[in-house]
Amino acid sequence: MGSKSTIMNKVRSSLSVNGGDADRKKAVAKRLNKPPQGIIPKRGQLNEDARRDLFIEMAERVQATTDRVNSADDVPTAVANYLRNHNLEQIIHVGSDPRVSAMPWDKAPQLEVLDDICTRADSVTLTHAFAGVAESGTAIMTSGPDNPTSNNFLPQTHIVVLNAPDIKGDYESVWQRLRTVHGKGTMPRTVNMITGPSRSADIEQTLILGAHGPRALHVIVVG
Amino acid sequence: MVEVTTPNFKENTKAALADANLQKALGKVRTGFIGKRADAAAALPEFENLRDKARDIKNHTLAHLDLYLEAYEKKVTDSGGHVHWAETATDAQQIILDICRKVDAKTATKGKSILTEEIGLNDFLSKEGIEPIETDLGEYIIQLRGEAPSHIIAPAVHVTKQQVEEDFRHYHTHLDKDRNLDDPATLLNEARAILRQKYLDADVGITGANFLVAETGTSIIVTNEGNGDLTQILPKVHIVLASLEKITPTLEDVSQILRVLARSATGQDMSVYTTFSTGPKRPSDPDGPEEYHVVLLDNGRSDMLGTEYEEMLRCIRCGACMNHCPVYHAVGGHAYGWVYPGPMGAVLTPSLIGVDKGGNLPNASTFCGRCEAVCPMRIPLPKLMRHWREKEFEKHLQPSAARYGLKTWAFFAKRPKLYQFMTRVGIGALGLIGKNRGSFSSLPFAGGWTKHRQLPAPQGKTFQQMWAQRQSTASGSGRGA
Repeated sequence: MGSKSTIMNKVRSSLSVNGGDADRKKAVAKRLNKPPQGIIPKRGQLNEDARRDLFIEMAERVQATTDRVNSADDVPTAVANYLRNHNLEQIIHVGSDPRVSAMPWDKAPQLEVLDDICTRADSVTLTHAFAGVAESGTAIMTSGPDNPTSNNFLPQTHIVVLNAPDIKGDYESVWQRLRTVHGKGTMPRTVNMITGPSRSADIEQTLILGAHGPRALHVIVVG
Repeated sequence: MVEVTTPNFKENTKAALADANLQKALGKVRTGFIGKRADAAAALPEFENLRDKARDIKNHTLAHLDLYLEAYEKKVTDSGGHVHWAETATDAQQIILDICRKVDAKTATKGKSILTEEIGLNDFLSKEGIEPIETDLGEYIIQLRGEAPSHIIAPAVHVTKQQVEEDFRHYHTHLDKDRNLDDPATLLNEARAILRQKYLDADVGITGANFLVAETGTSIIVTNEGNGDLTQILPKVHIVLASLEKITPTLEDVSQILRVLARSATGQDMSVYTTFSTGPKRPSDPDGPEEYHVVLLDNGRSDMLGTEYEEMLRCIRCGACMNHCPVYHAVGGHAYGWVYPGPMGAVLTPSLIGVDKGGNLPNASTFCGRCEAVCPMRIPLPKLMRHWREKEFEKHLQPSAARYGLKTWAFFAKRPKLYQFMTRVGIGALGLIGKNRGSFSSLPFAGGWTKHRQLPAPQGKTFQQMWAQRQSTASGSGRGA
């Protein structure tokens, strides 16, 4: 407590304020209660179909791969095909997301779907996105038993399922929805904005994919 | 604190200019970052307006910093986390050590955090028997080499691929010594495999923060590798070290600044991972840390508030200023002698360690203005460096030759007639002597200049003479108006 009051006193004396100023308090409370929007790039302000197309274009530009399916029922086959085409074992790790459990996995009988956190370095996981952002091809993931955060980072290959109507034009629209779902001013433990697969350019500025997170990011857009 | 060699800046630069490996590595800085940033900025029509907005958001936040800090702390506590206040580097070290001791930590993995460099955390933890493990590839490389970062976002930018290969062969002795390490991708894979186990074994994960959100009590890190995420998801305890000015009011405000951050840093629209962490894991969460601690560090920031250097507290550590700096391009980051190099370091270093030790840095500038032109937060870096030069002069810290030189110049500058007369005579004489040679390779009192370059001989007239002549010719021919 000693340090806190010392630091606060230093901040206030440097700013020549005493902390009791009603106008300053009002300005802060107002901003926190009703966050001003700021500048929203025109790039993402499109109709739903065009937002989906822009998301796919932007995600591919940052070395993600994408696939489009008509409905959630088509996801199991799309996953099995992706694994086969990349010579990967037919095993995926998922969380307990009801949207994922409800998918007809019997359509891909050779595929093993494990409800756990992956441990092997060459694993493949599938997590369901909370939302997508068209302006930069970003997938937004929220933590919890449905989609454990570890499954976004530990696997070699990360498959993301994203519902097309959840693709917004900009980040700000996603925060609005997050407040509706999780309550104002509260957040899940972790929110991940993911824009392409992991990478590093730390050795002579040569870009290499797969630094510590997934080497490959595959987004299946539903709808 | 990290050892400060800033007072030896001149010697440092000489060594840097003579270092062939360093010069080879710096060549890539000159060509890599600039074009990428320019392309990313050009592709977003709102970019310049977003820079204004980002500046305004931070100005508002700094003006209300006490209130936002209180709001932030309350939110962290409400979500089950702990905020610790640290006035100095030593306080922060001790707080972090106490948290580590409580869980009997043997190792701590670390995401890239330049602030932990500022407080010298690695050396401190090592001495206390806790092994710090850097996980960012660049940080891992320089930790092996026993070096400090030479760039705030590309810490190993001064190291060549060959040097990394030599280091890996030297330290990774459990691997086949005949293995091929020609390719950067192979080097990365080797580090990936070694560090994966370290994440799993660590008791504590330490990260920095790009932002602290007052609205939600969230800390945010921005990375490309995913190392910061593995650092904070896997261990039992997540410690965030952040300085006071990282506070940002809302998620909307963060989004505005994020749009200029990655574009300015690496030319990406967004870095790969932007991660929002709020409190410890929730009861139903299968993963995540059981404890979440934020160490809020002042270490000189509160003294900058309300002064001419307050604007420096807007800095978001993108590195654009050093990527565009001709001085940084020539000497690299280590020559600056402490944690923060380039133009931002030239302003911040004297603020944090004193102008008596850091005064060389604001003098090492050509004032070309490129740093200010690219700073996403519109920090007037050359102006702030000029303020430091003034402070240095006021405090009588410059060598006496420089002081007398300036005084002599000031004497003439305050007497325009005399000044013009003297320069006319001087320039005329130099012009006459140098007429046949065209340039001088040595001159009395200017050995420092002519040692490295030729001084072109003046044409015989001063600028003011030529200007006056031009004006009279122009008005004479009727084009004067």
